[in-house]
Amino acid sequence: MSNTAKTVTLNMGPQHPSTHGVLRVILELDGETVVKAEPVLGYLHTGIEKTMESKLYYKALPCTDRMDYLAPMSNNLGFSLAVEKLMEIDIPEKVQWVRVCLAELTRINSHLVWLGTHALDLGAMSMLLYAFRDRESIVEMYEACGGQRMMTTYIRIGGLAQDIPKDFEKGIRNIIKVINNGLNDYETLLTNNEIFINRTKGVGVLTAEEAISLSLSGPMLRGSGVKHDLRKANPYTGYENFDFEVPVGQNGDAYDRYTIRVEEIRQSLKIMQQAIDGMPEGPYRAHVPGIVLPPKEDVLYKMESMIFHFKLITEGFKTPVGSVYQGIESGKGEIGFFISGDGTNKPHRVRVRTPSFINLAALPKMCEGNMFSDVVCAIGSIDIVLGEVDR
Amino acid sequence: MLEMILFASIKVIVVVIAVLTGCAYSTLLERKVVGHMQHRMGPNTAGPYGLLTPLADGLKLIFKEEIRPANVEKITYLLAPVISFVPAVLTFAVIPFGKDNTFFGKDFTFVLSDLNVGVLFVFAVTSLGIYGIVLAGWSSGSKYSMMGAVRSSAQMISYEVGYGLSIVGVIIIANTLSLRELVELQMGPLWGTITFLPNWYIFSQPLGFILFLTCVIAETNRAPFDMPEAESELVAGYHTEYSSMKFSMFFIAEYANMIAVSSVGATLFLGGWHGPFLDSMPMLSVLYFVIKVFLFMFFYIWLRATFPRFRYDQLMALGWKVLFPLALFNTLITAFFVIL
Repeated sequence: MSNTAKTVTLNMGPQHPSTHGVLRVILELDGETVVKAEPVLGYLHTGIEKTMESKLYYKALPCTDRMDYLAPMSNNLGFSLAVEKLMEIDIPEKVQWVRVCLAELTRINSHLVWLGTHALDLGAMSMLLYAFRDRESIVEMYEACGGQRMMTTYIRIGGLAQDIPKDFEKGIRNIIKVINNGLNDYETLLTNNEIFINRTKGVGVLTAEEAISLSLSGPMLRGSGVKHDLRKANPYTGYENFDFEVPVGQNGDAYDRYTIRVEEIRQSLKIMQQAIDGMPEGPYRAHVPGIVLPPKEDVLYKMESMIFHFKLITEGFKTPVGSVYQGIESGKGEIGFFISGDGTNKPHRVRVRTPSFINLAALPKMCEGNMFSDVVCAIGSIDIVLGEVDR
Repeated sequence: MLEMILFASIKVIVVVIAVLTGCAYSTLLERKVVGHMQHRMGPNTAGPYGLLTPLADGLKLIFKEEIRPANVEKITYLLAPVISFVPAVLTFAVIPFGKDNTFFGKDFTFVLSDLNVGVLFVFAVTSLGIYGIVLAGWSSGSKYSMMGAVRSSAQMISYEVGYGLSIVGVIIIANTLSLRELVELQMGPLWGTITFLPNWYIFSQPLGFILFLTCVIAETNRAPFDMPEAESELVAGYHTEYSSMKFSMFFIAEYANMIAVSSVGATLFLGGWHGPFLDSMPMLSVLYFVIKVFLFMFFYIWLRATFPRFRYDQLMALGWKVLFPLALFNTLITAFFVIL
């Protein structure tokens, strides 16, 4: 560095406690003020999209868990819906209701981890533990459903991996109670906390125009006052049957995004309550021989089912030629799956539009001109998962 | 003469050992208290209730490999931990931690050195700690350390002012700078009239006490004013590049500083070693003192578990625009009443 340099270049990450993984941000600092911020991606590149292109559709599904590992069910749902759209499969009503319930559960899961880590970034370390304490009930529900706490692969093409557990309803009701109690704790610790408000109000401001031009989605977009939620705008898997509000912010700062996410947890609880109250009876998988895996019980006792099972596992199903795009509203924003089928049993191209990746593009705009400490707050309020950024 | 030197040396050794043990167990206390506040157990494997954890930590740190980055300024880099450690322990030289007593027919004072300007000494010595931090940050050759050091020096200098002014009120009332006399002045009922309250300066200087409490948190770099280390921004601040025993020197210094300012707080505002039944059992005074220090420590730990961290500019604004004028106001009011 020459003596005339006025700014200092600081390399934040890829190993840094608060870049949420292996994000690297090259900061140009003038004292404590950020002059320029440049996110550098690719340190967690796993080639998930490419891997999915070399796998049968059923076997590509588990890859989606590994992208946003904090919201596995949303990713499962997005991919399943895309394939179902491509294959034109009708889904039983019960499956749709269970999917809604689980997608909302996943949203809460994602938001809770966000809340904990964001607060930790700002120095409130107890919040992390409180959020994880309550998240435990959710991952236990995952375990009861699919046998896994994080990489669930529970929502499958054409239905679910297995029927919902016997005490599903009781479990969900318990979760609603636990999270409701937890929310009071979080709000007591943060919402009216002078220091928290000082740290987040007016930090990382994005106007509605900026948010739209950066093609942001999810709480990042709604924080800037744009009321856009795919569950309302373009309902999928039966969201039109549910009654809920879409919270929006006004100032587009980190505090608004915080209040929105907390309110979204409340709305998700409301949706889950409705889903559990009105859960219809029915099969847990669509009956589409040759495309959807037959139920395991049938495989053991029925000849045809066994044959279909064998064929599907070994050579999969052939898709029509054509491409589909299915976007869903995950906790972090719009996660969209573009699948191009070429008539074979493997996708020709899979492209995932992940919210973390696209929302991260707003980082320079949120940081520049602000203080160094605000970079941490800005990264936190975007809510990124690096597994999803570098697919 | 020889006997006196021997006697003093033993006292010094006992106090230093007590302080170091206190530091070690403060780390355990912090981890336990924060753990339980966060629905965790805290350390509980080494010894019963994890009581041997500090020992295990110490052993581990001693045997850790020393990693020294290539571009450090060697002498200052090695000196910095010592510079920050020594002043932290030095404070205890003037703090009275018990009622004067007679052992085996000898008068025994529970203070290492009854300095007549004890309060000034405490200030001078605690201010020295900053050099360790600045030198550590500068000599590490790392930008994170440097930023930590810069923040730290600005913060500590700013809060030194508030810290100093916050106890001027007490000094005006007491009209002495000796810590031992300050403790003695806090004996008896409040203002000589209210019998159910002791004459502690916390009651006559409530604002001063609150200011003191706030400023010392910043002074010791504790949450929510832990700017210099702010692990989510600066990785570990000024001690990022330190490892092994050099790191633990900083660590001990931080806790020694906490205990030191807690002791000063207890002495100035909570009546030092005062408590009931001292006439029959003078040794209780040490226990009372420890309990009061513990209360301060618990308060710090509680704050750390509760609050987010301030931002650097907000911290400076708070120091200069809120605490400083309030401290001046407090001094003015106190002086006014004393003249009356």
